Amino acid sequence: MVRFENVGLRYGMGPEVLRDISFSIEPQSFQFLTGPSGAGKTTLLRLILLALKPTRGLIDLFGHDVNTIQKDTLTALRRRMGVVFQDFRLLEHLTTYENVALPLRVQGRDEASYRAEVVELLRWVGLGERMHVLPPVLSGGEKQRAAIARALIMQPDLLLADEPTGNVDPSLARRLLRLFVELNRSGTAIVIATHDLALMDQFDSARRLVLGDGRLHIYD
Amino acid sequence: MIDPMLRTAGPELAAEDAEATTPLGRNQPLVPAASIAGRALVTVIAIMTFLAALTAGGAQLIGDASLGWRSSVSREVTIQVRPAPTRDIEADVAKAAALARAVPGVVDTRIYTRAESERLLEPWLGAGLNFSELPVPRMIVVKLDPGQRPDFSDLRRQLSEQLRGATLDDHRLWVERLAAMANTFVAIGIGVVGLVIVATALAVAFATRGAMAGNREIVEVLHFVGATDSYIAREFQRHFLRLGLRGGGIGGAAAVVFFLIAGVLTSSMVATPGGTQIEALFGTFTLGPGGFVAIVFIAVLVACVTAVVSRVTVRNTLRELG
Repeated sequence: MVRFENVGLRYGMGPEVLRDISFSIEPQSFQFLTGPSGAGKTTLLRLILLALKPTRGLIDLFGHDVNTIQKDTLTALRRRMGVVFQDFRLLEHLTTYENVALPLRVQGRDEASYRAEVVELLRWVGLGERMHVLPPVLSGGEKQRAAIARALIMQPDLLLADEPTGNVDPSLARRLLRLFVELNRSGTAIVIATHDLALMDQFDSARRLVLGDGRLHIYD
Repeated sequence: MIDPMLRTAGPELAAEDAEATTPLGRNQPLVPAASIAGRALVTVIAIMTFLAALTAGGAQLIGDASLGWRSSVSREVTIQVRPAPTRDIEADVAKAAALARAVPGVVDTRIYTRAESERLLEPWLGAGLNFSELPVPRMIVVKLDPGQRPDFSDLRRQLSEQLRGATLDDHRLWVERLAAMANTFVAIGIGVVGLVIVATALAVAFATRGAMAGNREIVEVLHFVGATDSYIAREFQRHFLRLGLRGGGIGGAAAVVFFLIAGVLTSSMVATPGGTQIEALFGTFTLGPGGFVAIVFIAVLVACVTAVVSRVTVRNTLRELG
């Protein structure tokens, strides 16, 4: 699904922030991406999301070499991935419903074709009664669930979540983790970037990708 | 009115929503309208459209007036018969008029009498002079059928062969000068309209770049959720087309109102010296249907230019970001 081979990244003429990164993400797998703050977790997720280009090495995404990828293919690949940002990135002028429906709307689909689907997902993440609310009045946990719902609405092959429990209390963090595990069981590969050791301990069997000093260490 | 930020649906309503046929999405633009300096841009577009429409209308007025001048000038020609010592000028004038009347397309001739011909010289030589000793040329005005432009080469040859000192002036030089002047005005008008549209396009390009910079995070989110560049460009284009239509409509409507008021004012001033001058230059100062169509066309063109420029700017900016 995702394969990195000796990937390096530097910004401008600065030092390499990521060095010789090699790993792969298999379909239906579950992994935590961890490491201290500033280790490059978000950068690595952005590389997977094709928001950054590596300065060296090979990234293979769903069978496509990202160095030779065309713009149309890039969009098609992004549609196979769901992403939950650390700061949610909900569009503040759209309601919860409209935010969650966004990935379907940008495909030009008619609203009637996805309305029931979006409402069902909103109920599943516990936002059924908050679907007409604008993000500024949602709590941190509700925003997080809305962001997760938006990432899931396309039923992605791969879900990338950047510190999804960073803004919520431990109880909600456990509930969100259960949500991710349930998703994984239904066939979605999951990558959760976190430095929350307690969260990782709750799901021992998950693979751990540990970033430190720009290098990646894998603990299966 | 309930604040939309605080509006929530009750559980019963939510339960019914899935089956409901009423859309839950409000089809809000993905680029928030408030994030674009819309009012300033609408003002700029309205001013530009007004100026362009004014120029186009003015060019149209001058073009129409010049057509009027040219057609009235070209509806007649003049024959000048100069007196010669050995000839009877009255006989020569009568013969010249007879030759002119024989040309197909000539509907009438009017011979200026000696007294009338002398009066024509008064503005230059002064009144009260004795013209009897001067060789005052005689004029014949030849009226033409408006639908025809006769060939005067035969008449010109006959006059030079049979009447020494008789010449025909078909006013071609004046018509050509008037046409050149009118065409110059129209060309200047087209140039000004072109410049105004280019200036509008540049203003829109700057506004679009500003909007892109202000909504960079939204653009990034749209990319991550799978929006194509053309979809994002369409979203911006939709917004800017609306601004362009509003600005173009205001500017065009202002220009229409201006011409209507100017037409009413000039028709009420028709008996005054100023009104006479305006009428001499612009005719009746009434914009015909063609002029109003041109104004509407300019307003729509400005709106379309706004939409296209915003789309191209967004595409270019996205390519640069990519």
